[in-house]
Amino acid sequence: MFAIAAIALFVAMLLVLVRLYAGPTLYDRVLAVNSFGTLTVLFIGVLGFLNGRPDFLDIALLYALINFVGTIAVLKYFRYRAIGDMSPLTRKKETGL
Amino acid sequence: MSVLEIAVQVLSWIFILSGSFFAVVGAFGSVRFPDFWSRLHAASVSDSAGMILLLLGMGLQAGLTLITVKLLIIGIFLFVTGPTATHAVANAAFVTGLRPKEGTGLKAPVDTMADTQADTSTKSVKSKNKPKAKRRKPIAKGKTRAKG
Repeated sequence: MFAIAAIALFVAMLLVLVRLYAGPTLYDRVLAVNSFGTLTVLFIGVLGFLNGRPDFLDIALLYALINFVGTIAVLKYFRYRAIGDMSPLTRKKETGL
Repeated sequence: MSVLEIAVQVLSWIFILSGSFFAVVGAFGSVRFPDFWSRLHAASVSDSAGMILLLLGMGLQAGLTLITVKLLIIGIFLFVTGPTATHAVANAAFVTGLRPKEGTGLKAPVDTMADTQADTSTKSVKSKNKPKAKRRKPIAKGKTRAKG
């Protein structure tokens, strides 16, 4: 049963990678990366159950945390061209706020 | 093997198989759908459904242990952050000027991709000059979007 789920998740990850490569806009790619991360979390969990060692769930939880932060960071970077705080001069020049 | 154990096994079978089904269908939809907004729909909604079903099935397999608690934590986190990330992507795309198509029916995938390209550069949907859009497609895609 877990083998079936692992194969299905692997196929889903490959399909999402196709969209990641072919996506015409940036947002298609960000969406594909986010979806790929969620599928990876599930895949790690299923692989842990498949091997009889469900301790892999810690790694899956860590991957879920990093995936969310990474998606938000990429979106913020492409919106403001900076990840951390900007200096006020740069912000006024870039965004007009 | 008592009746309860068999029921739990069957339930976890059903949950895990339907979760895998939702994951594959969502990925297939995110490849095949013609528009960014429909792809957003396919990817996010079916991802949440597949995630919940798979984690429920794994939790039924594990029983009442620490593993179930970890599965619950992963489930709650993904349940909150998945729609949040999708909303962030949709909001960023909307602010940049990507708009869903209205009114007309769906066309062939290549054609609609070219149309969404033309939409953002204030071209009207009516004047679809296909060779021009096709010529522009391979080169200018990532760059024009990234500048906005």
